[in-house]
Amino acid sequence: MRHSIRAILAGTAAVLAAGGAQAETLRLLTWGSYAPEEVIQMFEEANPDIDVEVTYSNNEEMIAKLRATGGTGYDLAQPSHDRIYAAQVEYNIYKPLDLSKIDTSVMTPNLLEGVKANTTLDGEVYAVPHQWGTSGIMANTAEAPDATGWADLCDEKYKGRTSMRLRRTILLGTAYAMGMDPFALYDDTEAYQDMLDKVTEKLIACKDIIKTYWTGGDDLSALMLSGEVIVSETWDSTAFKIYNENQDIVFVPPETGALAWIDTFAIPRGGEADDAAYKWINFVMQPEIVQLMSASTGAIAAVPNGIDLLPEDKRAAVQAAFDEEDIANLKFFANIPPGLEDMEGIALERIKAASN
Amino acid sequence: MRNDAGKLSLILLMAPFALWIGLLIVLPQLGIGYVSLREKVGINQYEFGPGNYADFIAEPIYRNTLFRTAWMSILVTALALLVGFPVAWYIAKIARERSRAALFLLCLIPLWVSDLVRAYGWIVLLRETGVVSTVLVGAGIIAQPVEMLYNDVTVVIGLVYTVILFMIVPLVSTLQGMDDALLEAGYNLGGGRLTVFRRIIVPYAMPGIVAGCIITFMLTAGSYLTPILLGGKNSSWFTEQIYNQFITRYNWEAGATFGVLLLGFTSLVVWAGLRLTGQSLSTTVAKE
Repeated sequence: MRHSIRAILAGTAAVLAAGGAQAETLRLLTWGSYAPEEVIQMFEEANPDIDVEVTYSNNEEMIAKLRATGGTGYDLAQPSHDRIYAAQVEYNIYKPLDLSKIDTSVMTPNLLEGVKANTTLDGEVYAVPHQWGTSGIMANTAEAPDATGWADLCDEKYKGRTSMRLRRTILLGTAYAMGMDPFALYDDTEAYQDMLDKVTEKLIACKDIIKTYWTGGDDLSALMLSGEVIVSETWDSTAFKIYNENQDIVFVPPETGALAWIDTFAIPRGGEADDAAYKWINFVMQPEIVQLMSASTGAIAAVPNGIDLLPEDKRAAVQAAFDEEDIANLKFFANIPPGLEDMEGIALERIKAASN
Repeated sequence: MRNDAGKLSLILLMAPFALWIGLLIVLPQLGIGYVSLREKVGINQYEFGPGNYADFIAEPIYRNTLFRTAWMSILVTALALLVGFPVAWYIAKIARERSRAALFLLCLIPLWVSDLVRAYGWIVLLRETGVVSTVLVGAGIIAQPVEMLYNDVTVVIGLVYTVILFMIVPLVSTLQGMDDALLEAGYNLGGGRLTVFRRIIVPYAMPGIVAGCIITFMLTAGSYLTPILLGGKNSSWFTEQIYNQFITRYNWEAGATFGVLLLGFTSLVVWAGLRLTGQSLSTTVAKE
């Protein structure tokens, strides 16, 4: 009797120990389509001791979630490069990266340096680049062949046929279209408020022209593909997906420059699986995985030949949209200083609440 | 001894309920109340005070959105009562015993699908290139496709559809308890249809009406998905502003303030509604 109990205990202990050794879970907090099932399977095959759990989110929700938990609950997050600095200063939700564990040699040097410069705090780097893309406008060339920039969204001749997303991107785009440079005003609160007031006025006047504000990629796709909307603000990746279904609909980098974002890898302060997180980063930056990833996201990986690694149809869409000059004219989002989003928030609410 | 056992079983019986109320209702409310009284003065610097409430009062956008939300919720509640009462009456009084359960079930079926999917159902039907518009053009009734989405009327229709069940269920259960002899007595004493309805049916159904109105009003004022998805460029809803404060503006203090205000204001509306109609909770919902 006693023997058997001891045997059972020993057996249980062995199972627990074995379970403990392999029970590592990598909890990813990322964008929809940034963790395709196929890639997860390949990663789990290569690392049988790691389970991957994915939560899909967006920039604002990622920060809100991590802020609510003090940076715990996730092991790897993917906010855009301009959302690291202020969030870290105010809420302390990330931990510094150990760059020796990341194969940074595969990353495009200027994107890597750009992200590092944007996310360095007290000499510590908090993020490295993963994929990049732009925001601009999308036009149905069959009906709106001469759309060239943000201002076309508010052009009388497209009345009732345009759309935009009522978030900070449209504020910045409209500011550029009105001849201002919002990123240069970031540190001057008064000048920025002045700019916001002008943009607000313009966008309130614009409400007559637009059909509706879109809220997500699916929403936007339905509006464009049904032909209800012919010019819209868009993420380039959404436009590239649509191009595949209707080749009249192309991404148009605004003449004032498409706004470029870089989605990054950052480790939350309370992350419990740093090694697994570093493994994931290195894994998804390999060329064959980049290809799968870009096919799923439509965004361009931060590797030197990122555009070549896009699937055929998306590469065609990128080439139809961008030339060398457009690429040189990209406006990368600058770090958002703390408090700025509150000012933008009230501007956005004024626009939404205004009726005319 | 037996007394102790009785006490223990009572405690055990009440424990899940008390935990639920305490941990999931009271504690979060206190937390929200606390955050709403915290003023942000700088990065990671806070002071205690009513500043967030002052900000709310000073900014007409928020005030107007709250009034708009309350006003539209009242409208939705009234429409739900108007549409729901005949349905409830039919189920409780006119339908035969056997079909009653089936009819009730038919009302429940939409609830098996989530709000989100039902809102998308409306979108598919009502958009410019949607089912209704296409059919009307095809039948030659209208010449141009018409956009029926993205306006306040659509939001009201969508909300009535979402909440009407919560009006029907309490109405059916009160009306079912009504003795038909009451109606016959009313007619025999010379009452017309209108008098019988006004003097007998409505007073009898009042507990159901009050309960249904409170539930639908609260659900509507607190709903998020339907107004966001069906509403257009001009339709702000107060819950959307709470979301914006918490998520896009990282302003938990203002978001918490808005939450407290929404709860307070809707409770006030319910109280005012009860007072205006001369009802009270103890004589209606909590009637023995």
